[in-house]
Amino acid sequence: MDWGALHTILGGVNKHSTSIGKIWLTVLFIFRIMILVVAAERVWGDEQDDFVCNTLQPGCRNVCYDHFFPISHIRLWALQLIFVSTPALLVAMHVAYRRHEKKRQFRKGDQKCEYKDIEEIRRQRFRIEGSLWWTYTSSIFFRLIFEAVFMYAFYFMYDGFRMPRLMKCNAWPCPNTVDCFVSRPTEKTVFTIFMIAVSSICILLNVAELCYLLTKFFLRRSKKAGNSKQQPNHENKEETKQNEMNELISDSCQNTVIGFSS
Amino acid sequence: MSWGFLRDLLSGVNKYSTGIGRIWVAVVFMFRLLVYVAAAENIWKYEHDEFECNIKQPGCKNVCFDHFFPVSQIRLWALQLIIVSTPSLLVVFHVAYRENREKHNQKLYRNPGKIDGGLLCTYLISLILKAGFEIVFLVLFYKLYNGFKIPHLVKCDIRPCPNTVDCYISKPTEKMIFLYFLVATSSLCIILNLSELSYLIFKYSIKCYLKKYMKKQQ
Repeated sequence: MDWGALHTILGGVNKHSTSIGKIWLTVLFIFRIMILVVAAERVWGDEQDDFVCNTLQPGCRNVCYDHFFPISHIRLWALQLIFVSTPALLVAMHVAYRRHEKKRQFRKGDQKCEYKDIEEIRRQRFRIEGSLWWTYTSSIFFRLIFEAVFMYAFYFMYDGFRMPRLMKCNAWPCPNTVDCFVSRPTEKTVFTIFMIAVSSICILLNVAELCYLLTKFFLRRSKKAGNSKQQPNHENKEETKQNEMNELISDSCQNTVIGFSS
Repeated sequence: MSWGFLRDLLSGVNKYSTGIGRIWVAVVFMFRLLVYVAAAENIWKYEHDEFECNIKQPGCKNVCFDHFFPVSQIRLWALQLIIVSTPSLLVVFHVAYRENREKHNQKLYRNPGKIDGGLLCTYLISLILKAGFEIVFLVLFYKLYNGFKIPHLVKCDIRPCPNTVDCYISKPTEKMIFLYFLVATSSLCIILNLSELSYLIFKYSIKCYLKKYMKKQQ
């Protein structure tokens, strides 16, 4: 069980996403999860072992490390990725529910159901409209919120995105103010900036997708309104035709009756 | 043999669950299993090496660590995940038994996977067991570690430590954050299990009542 399982779950959602959604998923997997697993975890792997303080006092290093890194960067990113991927599950569940309903209809032998077999239902791609539109839009909204919250938490906890080389610590049991040195600060800064940049790109993609969906929704609504305005004219034409036909029929009937009687 | 096995097991269970059951499976996957494997495991990886005592006496560190951490929190977490997922096996076994019966005899059930009759009882028992195990583990965590807080310093005076010695735990804040996360997700799972239990009991009591009412009418 690892990120591969998440890939399987989200891969299913990919089919029912918009194009921007597909790009977002690719960016997530290649530039965030893969970088995290393949590179970032190695960089932060020896973080406490190589965190060195200029003192022999036992316990000082542990306490200083805990003070400066309440939660490690790598763990924050892992949590961020998990939380940001979770809203896509809502969409997956909704699609699964719809498929289940269609399968049920098909099994009952409903004439309304237009599928030829169950395989077609399984392979079918649902359009993002109706209740699925609402689920999809809320999932994007939640994604945005989670990304923003984590980025802010990161900035707040570490006073920016730079990893300093030296930290001064005077927490007990350190006897005085002690110099502590972080391992690989430049490499960590580079990766931090990279991850933040990719998070920002993902936020932009999500905002773009949200705008696209809203635009599509309003365009569809105005189309429907336009269609419903046209339809009364059609109905009027048909009504007048029917009225003429009725008049002709009644006239001919009257004529026959009169003709009969006379 | 690894967590992949548990993942496959839970996917199998998903087929025979109600809607709330599926949400429970999703919560267990994403917020417990994935967080454990991707993040939490690494925090506790070197806990013994990084546990430091303010003394050079050989053996003192080992004895103190063993005294304060009889079972490591991360192992308890893993055990909890496994034991809480196991009652779902009861449902899988029952459905397999039904399908087996149908193979040897004629068609006995309209749908062997539908939750009714005996399978409903099995399902309800599995829900009660799941909630029960969650509560047992939370209580165990609380009792073993005196709450969910992790101190950064513990005082130890067990032989061979000559006097009371200060011992420092590594990454206590990070461990505490993840323990609180564990407690929150466990509580969420307990709530989901109890709601599913009430929902099923309510649904089937109404069904039963309606059936009796219809019979009386006839």
